[in-house]
Amino acid sequence: MNRYPEIADRLMGLDEAVSRFVKNGCQLAIGGFTITRNPMAVAYEIVRQRVKDIHLVCHSHGQALDVLVGAGCVGRLEIAYGGNGRYAPTCVRFKKAIQRSEIQFEDYSNYQMSLRFLAGALSIPFIPTKSGLGSDLMNYEGFPAEVRKEEKVASRKYAKMANPFSEDWDEVVLLPALTPDVTILHAQYVGDDGTVRIKGLTFADIEQAKAADRVIITCEDIVPRSFIRTDPDQNSLPPFFVDAIVKVPYGAHPTACYGFYDYDPKHLNLYRKMAEDDTLFTEYLDEWVYGVGSWEDYLTKVGMEMILKIKANPVIGYAPGLDRK
Amino acid sequence: MIRYSDNEMMALAAGRFIKDGDIVFAGTGVSILAATAAKRIFAPKAVIFFETGGIDPSLDEIPMAVADLRVMAGTSLNSGLIEAFSIVGHRKLHTVAFLGAAQIDRYGNLNTTCIGDYFRPKTRFSGSGGACDVATFASGVITFMQHEKRRFVEKLDYLTSVGWYEGGDSRKELGLRRGGALAVVTNLGVLRFHEETKEMYLAEYFPGVTIEKIVESTGFPIDTSMAVEAETPTPGELQILREEVDPQRLICQAVLETPQK
Repeated sequence: MNRYPEIADRLMGLDEAVSRFVKNGCQLAIGGFTITRNPMAVAYEIVRQRVKDIHLVCHSHGQALDVLVGAGCVGRLEIAYGGNGRYAPTCVRFKKAIQRSEIQFEDYSNYQMSLRFLAGALSIPFIPTKSGLGSDLMNYEGFPAEVRKEEKVASRKYAKMANPFSEDWDEVVLLPALTPDVTILHAQYVGDDGTVRIKGLTFADIEQAKAADRVIITCEDIVPRSFIRTDPDQNSLPPFFVDAIVKVPYGAHPTACYGFYDYDPKHLNLYRKMAEDDTLFTEYLDEWVYGVGSWEDYLTKVGMEMILKIKANPVIGYAPGLDRK
Repeated sequence: MIRYSDNEMMALAAGRFIKDGDIVFAGTGVSILAATAAKRIFAPKAVIFFETGGIDPSLDEIPMAVADLRVMAGTSLNSGLIEAFSIVGHRKLHTVAFLGAAQIDRYGNLNTTCIGDYFRPKTRFSGSGGACDVATFASGVITFMQHEKRRFVEKLDYLTSVGWYEGGDSRKELGLRRGGALAVVTNLGVLRFHEETKEMYLAEYFPGVTIEKIVESTGFPIDTSMAVEAETPTPGELQILREEVDPQRLICQAVLETPQK
């Protein structure tokens, strides 16, 4: 570990990062968006450690959300969207969990959730927007009253007020800030000084990280300070926001990571098929999560053929010509 | 006889609404097909962007999700959700959003959340995502629908995204400054909204589709007095769709054996 003295105390394995920071009942935010940069390696480890009653807070999420919900780790969900694009227009286990009343859930929109993370990051209690006026998002509260008394749960879903700066009728929606216990992101690079660099779109990752009490970063690689500080305009988070760093190459598989690898269409299709059936889904978890001894074992199961197929062209950022049916 | 799929007809019919200078908010599926077709055929100076923050990507391959790496390649800027929504509602920009929905009502309000009771739904869908937001902020919304009675309903099971709300001036009275439903493009035709009442009417029926078929497939009364037959796609338009927009034929789908129903 002395190879990276500046981050030695924060550099750890998946098992330690999860056992130290992801507790039963914690409020958790995960980075990425639908089929890109989901922190999958950590999600699988959360499932393996059988963490329960997680309160998951999401904007638009896909694969990690669905695995965590399907494995029974999530008790409560605040969400804008659960889908894997063309590979599952609605996430399958998410859909089943709601239809079977297995989790408590509350709907918001993407922009609303992003603003709530931003408010948390800015240390302000709430934030106004026009989004939601007239929508049933503002007519249905998902959580029962007793939940609203808990720490980290807003005392109400939203409030409305008249614009105090206008003489004319002008209503706005006020949204409560989010301050998750933990945010988990997958990034391309972490510097050996702890600086985080996300390439491609950042979604709401940066707001989610700044809003949280603790931040776990998994990364494709750890790079020297001399590299990450040469072009600091490209960086996403300074070192002091980061509590745990885990190097996990291909750590977002089967979702994509810009510049490194594409999503894995074969795996996403296999997942959807198995998730549709309760027995097959249990088999999926046994085979791909519980039964996997290490991350190297997982990648061996994915196979060199697929690893090479999804490998991104480093100049283009994705894998051109990949069979995506 | 020129043959084409529903998705191809819908993409071209919607693409014609886009003008040079428009900022186009695209989703996945037919939506991205329509947005790219618009830029390559009808409005080369339109700009396509995604709620995830990718602005003006080169789109050499068709994205399968709005977070697809293909929306990050060749862009003028890669940003994030907050930045994307600052564009959708920007007062200087004319933004047109493409959306899809499970249900729509006569005022163009959309449901992408659930069928049945919200707490115990018969079918749960993905949820709002950015749909409620773009319906709030965009200058206009074009919605893609499968034209079926169970989807064109008197009352939505859940109103996710606001169109013209309850018609007339009700959208403005909610406190929404601009925007509203511009058009609905289905596998049967194109529907628009009356200037004053904001009620849906039939503007175009696709070649081979009868007005009766559309009336039967709509779960509320619909004015057909202004309906005209839509333009048939030209071979040139179809060629651009198939060879440039979706060369892998991921969304265009196989050409139908018979002309459009």
